[in-house]
Amino acid sequence: MLAPVHHILPLTTIQRERVLPINGRVNARLNQKVSPADVVAEVSWAREHVLLDIGRALNLPPDAADKLIQCKVGDRLATGAVIATGKGMMPKTVKAPRDGKVVVTGGGQILLEVGETRTELRAGIPGTVTQVIPDRGVVIQTTGALVQGVWGNGRIDTGVLTNLADKPDTVLAAGRLDVSLRGSVIIAGQCRDADTLQAAAELPVRGLILASLFPSLLPLAREMRYPIMLTDGFGAMPMNSAAYRLLTTNAKREATIKAEVFDRYSGVWPEAIIPLPVSSEPDAPQDVTTFEEGQTVRMRFPPAAGMIGTIAALHPGLSTLPSGLRVPAADIKLENGEQVLIPLINLEVVG
Amino acid sequence: MPSSLIQSDSILAVNIGEATTRAILFDVVEGEYRLIASASSPSTVEAPFRDLSEGVCNVLSDLQKLTGRTLLDANRRLVTPSQPDGSGVDAFVSTLSAGPAIKIAVVGLLDEVSLESARRLAEMTYSRLVDAVGLNNHRKADLQIDTILRLQPDVVIITGGTDGGASRSVHKMLEPVGLASYLLPQEKRPAVLFAGNQKLDDEVRELLGNVTSALHFSPNVRPSLETEDLEPAARELAGVFLKVRQRQLKGLDVIVNWANGNVLPTAYAQDRMVRFLSQVYAGNKGLLSVDIGASAAVIAAGLAQRSTLGVYPQFGLGENLPNLLQYTSLEDILRWSSLDVSTGVLRDYIYQKALYPASIPATKEEQAIAQAVARQALYLAVQAARHKFPPSMRPPRPGLLPSFDPILASGGALSDAPTPGQSLLLLLDSIQPTGLTTFIIDKNDLLPLLGAAAGRNTIMPVHVLESGAFQSLGTVVSVVASASSGSLVARAKLTYGDGHVAQAEVKFGNLELFPLPEGQSAKLTIHPSHNADVGFGRGRSGEIPVNGGAMGVVIDGRGRPLALPNDPGRRRELIKKWLWTVGG
Repeated sequence: MLAPVHHILPLTTIQRERVLPINGRVNARLNQKVSPADVVAEVSWAREHVLLDIGRALNLPPDAADKLIQCKVGDRLATGAVIATGKGMMPKTVKAPRDGKVVVTGGGQILLEVGETRTELRAGIPGTVTQVIPDRGVVIQTTGALVQGVWGNGRIDTGVLTNLADKPDTVLAAGRLDVSLRGSVIIAGQCRDADTLQAAAELPVRGLILASLFPSLLPLAREMRYPIMLTDGFGAMPMNSAAYRLLTTNAKREATIKAEVFDRYSGVWPEAIIPLPVSSEPDAPQDVTTFEEGQTVRMRFPPAAGMIGTIAALHPGLSTLPSGLRVPAADIKLENGEQVLIPLINLEVVG
Repeated sequence: MPSSLIQSDSILAVNIGEATTRAILFDVVEGEYRLIASASSPSTVEAPFRDLSEGVCNVLSDLQKLTGRTLLDANRRLVTPSQPDGSGVDAFVSTLSAGPAIKIAVVGLLDEVSLESARRLAEMTYSRLVDAVGLNNHRKADLQIDTILRLQPDVVIITGGTDGGASRSVHKMLEPVGLASYLLPQEKRPAVLFAGNQKLDDEVRELLGNVTSALHFSPNVRPSLETEDLEPAARELAGVFLKVRQRQLKGLDVIVNWANGNVLPTAYAQDRMVRFLSQVYAGNKGLLSVDIGASAAVIAAGLAQRSTLGVYPQFGLGENLPNLLQYTSLEDILRWSSLDVSTGVLRDYIYQKALYPASIPATKEEQAIAQAVARQALYLAVQAARHKFPPSMRPPRPGLLPSFDPILASGGALSDAPTPGQSLLLLLDSIQPTGLTTFIIDKNDLLPLLGAAAGRNTIMPVHVLESGAFQSLGTVVSVVASASSGSLVARAKLTYGDGHVAQAEVKFGNLELFPLPEGQSAKLTIHPSHNADVGFGRGRSGEIPVNGGAMGVVIDGRGRPLALPNDPGRRRELIKKWLWTVGG
């Protein structure tokens, strides 16, 4: 049976696409070395539109109004610029209500793009541009440690990894967040209250890597301007031992927390990247494998959700679970020596 | 059936769900089509696989091992037509429910007329309604344009105007759609389905033809103010859905190619079979089909070859699960749990399950939670669908479900339940049927696959339906009554084929079971108390032939609507008692 792979790797080659949501201008060049704050692409786009009915304003049929429109598609108009003037002794005039660009004319109407804003796309991770995607962005390659998460709030930032998790299930409290942590990416076990998320915002921190979060805090976590990544899930789950070991042993190193919103269809997931120097390029991670005895696995669902174990035996055919369901399953030896029967569908290979 | 009518085609049918891909091989055995073998395998729509054809090839490999028949060549391509050496198949059909709910915006004229029809049409596929614009909507055109640009719907359904009726108002509604589509990048432009005043087709083509990703037309959903006809538009929408999916899901092109275009949305195929079955089997009662899967809950009701279809992604048990909490409370879900589970544990379960939709309950506690969630989701879906049932389907009392026979059920939560009793109890609790009902479980997702195959081979579905490929859970008489707990609501007597008689007094709040294995029939005589209704009218007795099933004949004396005790301890004890009654 095919097995999904959950990446927790001490050293690997990481390639990540950084693209604009719409076509824009790419600033970065092929083979350029970039740091997280570098702007690799940018785009200006209008958030709003204004539809002006010239015919109605001048009390003319559309064809006649079209003939009086003094601007064309692509023209930039300042507020108050004359768009059309009627005829007669005291002609009416239609003026641009706001600064904008003409995007459509016809049928006695014009459509203006207004409220232009500029979006800058930063590299997010340090590395080398290995591909330029015309008009959209770049692919950046780096090497280092990689810890995949299961939930992210859509933010990205870089800071020094600081461990506040004495144990994988340490609850992060607002009281532990003092000014010395400003600019840090904090590692902790669980977060159970809104005050802690707010306190982290007030410092501000550069990111929070948590094992788990109470679901009731998700709306607030989404609003936070700093990245939040969960390594394991929701509720009061401790951090899986593989991620905990890797993150805490890299404390005080610079890390990028790319807390992307998990998209199960595109395969974009939240992750923490800790850039590390290498003498030769390590292998890129594999995304899929097949289940085999001896593999290190992570349990996705109870029992032992989030725990790390080893496949002791793959059962042939179907096994009956305590729930009564009959499915393909394996005996998993947990790190505490206990052995549990887990359906294969609830497992992912760590690698 | 004379063998000359058999087309002698082997048919391979594959249902691609969000969590599971299932394949079934049908072939002719002794002059009749039979289900030869079925296999299932995890779907590969999502990352890290991101190619649904992988999952299809995996399940076909499993089917090859089961049957010994080569279905894929060395390059993992389907062997078709069948070869003299016995390899391959003559035809391939597929159904698809996997993928994110497609975003639909509806545009119409009057809120309660064409716009309502557009909404109902959108509910006939795996969709999420992102915007609705009608004449009563006072948003200015530029705001409508900005809304479309922001929401980027995959599909815009435009209705409005009776045939030969309003045209100027419809034209006014088209303009913002056209302008917004024009402003979107080519790859993000929506497909448009126009199902309004047919006289405007040319005008719509001229206005929107060049600015949409695809422009589709169907007969008017409101040919007149009093008439609504969604069926032709639903057929067209099924095609639009697949085109959107082909843009979204890698590997679907391969499957469409193998199927020579015979790929249907699962819900649409299910509805097609419900229409067919309602004519063949349902008599004067309606037929109900319920499916609860990871992507959606699907409810299709048929009566005399007409059907209503409701697809509810918001009640799916996968990625959308946290959205269920917008429609219900944690407490309302937990009222179905036989175990003492806290709201916190339930909330964590819901969010964790949404992260991993394919995961399954391994422990008893998880199973109790999973079944409680499935009960509430299906209950809500049935309640939502109830409002669509045609007026000719009359419930015995206001607020209750009309009497359906049979009720067909599918979906992992039902077909994979550890015991048939658990499946049946889940169905009784969530659907709360009335009168006499045969419950049939569709473990292999046959119904939609037969619906898809029916387009290619009209005989095959009939043969397979009559071959016993579906599992009967049994016959249920649901007593409609309000009484105090423990009071007598009916006396039942089952006379078996060998003359043996079994009797039971049905007390309010209890379930009574008569064993009657599948394939056997018996005669049920039932006398309700004066204010109870067992399907013959209030206080009226009756005698009916009944068929057996895994649970035999069940008299559900718990009343309708099913009222559970407010006290959590008493409620859990009662649920445990019911579970014990149906075999645990």
